[in-house]
Amino acid sequence: MQAIAKAKTTGWIEIGILDDIPRQGARVVRRLDGDIAVFRTLNDEVFALRDKCPHKGGPLSQGIVHGNKVACPLHDWKINLDTGMAVAPDEGCAARFPVRIDGGKVFLSLIPEKGCPNA
Amino acid sequence: MKEQLVVVGNGMAGMRAVEELLKLAPDKYAITVFGAEPHPNYNRILLSPVLTGEKQFGEILLNEDAWYAEHGITLYKGKTVVEIDRRKRVVKAADGTSAAYDRLLLATGSNPFILPVPGKDLPGVIGFRDFADVETMLMAAKQYRHAVVIGGGLLGLEAANGLMKQGMKVTVVHLPDALMERQLDAPAAKMLKKSLEDRGLEFVLQGVTQEIIGKNRVQGVRLKDGRELTADLVVMAVGIRPNIELAKKARLYCERGVVVSDTMQSYDPAIYAVGECVQHRGQTYGLVAPLFEQAKVCANHLAHFGISRYEGSITSTKLKVTGIDLFSAGNFSGGDETEEIVLQDAGAGMYKKVVLKDNRIQGAVMYGDTMDGAWYFQLMRDGTDVSNLRDKLLFGQAHLGDAGHGDIKSRVVAMADSTEICGCNGVCKGTIVKSIVDKKLFTLEEVRAHTKASSSCGSCTGLVENLLAATLGGDYSTAPKKKPMCPCTEHTHDEVRQAIRAQNLKTIPALFQALEWKTPDGCNKCRPALNFYLLVAWPGEYVDDNQSRFINERAHANIQKDGTYSVIPRIWGGETTPAELRALAEIAEKYEVPTVHITGGQRIDFLGVPKETLPAMWGDLSAAGFVSGHAYGKAIRTVKTCVGKNWCRFGTQDSTTMGIDLEKMAWGSWTPHKFKLAVSGCPRNCAEATIKDFGVVCVDSGYELHVGGNGGVKVRATDFLCAVKTPEEVKEYCAAFLQVYREEAHYLERTAPWVERVGLAYVKSRVVEDAAGRKALAERFLHSQQFAQIDPWAERAKGTDKHEFIPLKMVG
Repeated sequence: MQAIAKAKTTGWIEIGILDDIPRQGARVVRRLDGDIAVFRTLNDEVFALRDKCPHKGGPLSQGIVHGNKVACPLHDWKINLDTGMAVAPDEGCAARFPVRIDGGKVFLSLIPEKGCPNA
Repeated sequence: MKEQLVVVGNGMAGMRAVEELLKLAPDKYAITVFGAEPHPNYNRILLSPVLTGEKQFGEILLNEDAWYAEHGITLYKGKTVVEIDRRKRVVKAADGTSAAYDRLLLATGSNPFILPVPGKDLPGVIGFRDFADVETMLMAAKQYRHAVVIGGGLLGLEAANGLMKQGMKVTVVHLPDALMERQLDAPAAKMLKKSLEDRGLEFVLQGVTQEIIGKNRVQGVRLKDGRELTADLVVMAVGIRPNIELAKKARLYCERGVVVSDTMQSYDPAIYAVGECVQHRGQTYGLVAPLFEQAKVCANHLAHFGISRYEGSITSTKLKVTGIDLFSAGNFSGGDETEEIVLQDAGAGMYKKVVLKDNRIQGAVMYGDTMDGAWYFQLMRDGTDVSNLRDKLLFGQAHLGDAGHGDIKSRVVAMADSTEICGCNGVCKGTIVKSIVDKKLFTLEEVRAHTKASSSCGSCTGLVENLLAATLGGDYSTAPKKKPMCPCTEHTHDEVRQAIRAQNLKTIPALFQALEWKTPDGCNKCRPALNFYLLVAWPGEYVDDNQSRFINERAHANIQKDGTYSVIPRIWGGETTPAELRALAEIAEKYEVPTVHITGGQRIDFLGVPKETLPAMWGDLSAAGFVSGHAYGKAIRTVKTCVGKNWCRFGTQDSTTMGIDLEKMAWGSWTPHKFKLAVSGCPRNCAEATIKDFGVVCVDSGYELHVGGNGGVKVRATDFLCAVKTPEEVKEYCAAFLQVYREEAHYLERTAPWVERVGLAYVKSRVVEDAAGRKALAERFLHSQQFAQIDPWAERAKGTDKHEFIPLKMVG
């Protein structure tokens, strides 16, 4: 009860430990109003984006992660994980969600960052 | 503290070098550019359409004044640099303006060669080099009637055509006996001349200019044979010479051009040079593609990255001269030691010639239909043995019916803007042309990135290339000597495969380190390829890297457009039983599968399966005796069969059993691209074996083996490999073919382009003629199968890779 109440006000929830997410890969946080993809890069940085490619809505969580980018599995659009923006000359964005690691545990905020209309 | 970079010359090569430098190291230099012309950088090649009136000068600018300002570049227009003080490192222009440099980039281009005949300095005698020349020509066309163009090469013909369009009466005087003798052979040159004469141009071939006559202005041209041609305007288009006056004055080492090394550095380490003023490995260049390559290399070194080399360019020339498509590459004239194959249809305005030596292409020239130019050029550079293609070679890449863009052939110019060029992405001609012009695109790669045309299946690539050539007047894609695997490296596929064995590289990170990958973890192009190459090189040893696999292979099912998956169990040889069908039906009902579809590969497909459901469904399929159909992978797909001797009155052999046996041998193997087989029981070929990667056609005396076929986007019928007598031989030859394909083809290369690239003769030498080698290949294949023939579905039903299929967390 308390955890849910806290999540509702701050938006932050604990989703697992770092090793739950494959390096150079992603896991999905499933929500009724849209999934969130949580990515882990080669050097153990984590990023979270709306799991929906700005092109045709493909699941970014299923793409190949390289550097700080993911390639959408449907039509190969590249999305920057740190900004959520598609790599030029493609235009579009996937909303970013704040995510952090604390003592090996991964915390995700359900309130998206401002700036992307596709939240 | 920024270093000072001074660029002498504001043309295409110099500004491309600056653009590339700004991409790599935008804050390293304070840049100053001196341009002799009073304009910002413009596309010199597009001066032709400006002359004919099709374009305005403003439309051909590449970098407008705002661009220089935006990047903090000081641009001195209309200032000619006349002196370089190399000791003090200062340049000085004619009007006294000076600039100090840490690095100097010479991009002074070339000057038109003016014949040293009397009268050459009369008003009205010009070259065809810059916008000032075009303005002179346009003014002359308004006031005067007659023009003489000296020089019937590419530039001369463009000038003549332009002046004619502006209403002048034009005669072209050409020294040799055929036009464009650098690019065309005699028959093609003749067709070109006729075509241009029909438009109203006049020609004097083998004409030697002796004198230009006139009092205050040019009035005529006198030839050596005594003839006089009336001329109110004379355009000299007899060649260009590198503009090295400034460099020579500064005592910089020059021969025909400023001599530079592979890093575009001159003999003075602070001075670089690019473009038409340059001489590299004894060559000078006048086409744009090599100059853009040079610019990229030069920028790399100016940015102090120090890792790029320019090794010269092999050029093919794809041109549009006055609206006529031309293509030329290599030694197109031929001689005593070569043979020629010619296809000519003068009525259709088409002429194609390929020059061969020892069954390898030495050169090609094409007039009118240039669609296959790039293909011949590739075959030429790869030195491919084309003996098996010989009778079809001149008809083009023998694509019996390319799907996805209707009936369009090569007449891109005649097409309406609304014509769909790219069927996969729905891109029409108008969109592509607009992008090319508005965004100043030069290459196929740029068109792909900006419009998506030709970026999916690739079947419209030839059309897009033709559109580029038509819009820009030529083809400017670089033709590098060797094509790197991906932007992360300079190495080619073959070099990487060799290095894996030679240097005993057993993991992707080890490979990245040993081969000095430019990125820390590769990209979505190279990682899957490397994963495959390592897997083939070290069967049983290499640990597969899941995160380097495409989603389909990672999840062992085909992702659909809504994120659900398609499940296709294996049905051996396309033959099933009522019990199997009942099991499939029950599973489909249990999981409420929305759509059940019968595939072209003779299997059954469940569509709309959510990812979380996959392991459970696989458990049920496994219990019913099914294994993965690998319909999602770069892997062995299906073996289609007909019923053959068991039932059919025409069947010569038991094709069904042969097919099942092949599938049982080969299933589970990873391959460079999807691999499809079929076995037909007689030459009626009901299993369509002759469009498969490996097809068997049973005959009374045994089995015919066919390879390199492809249904789909580019339909290609198989090449006949050989005939064998027994099923055991069929299996051995199949395994050997599979193994040499796996070991040597490039990732994502179907067998069809692979066989065309290496030549059928090579494949035969490995699989048919070398018996011991064939056995060794077959053994290696079977050995690798020990580690590959494990059902991935059964593993995952039991819990392997659980994390792949379930969300990390459910919220709300």
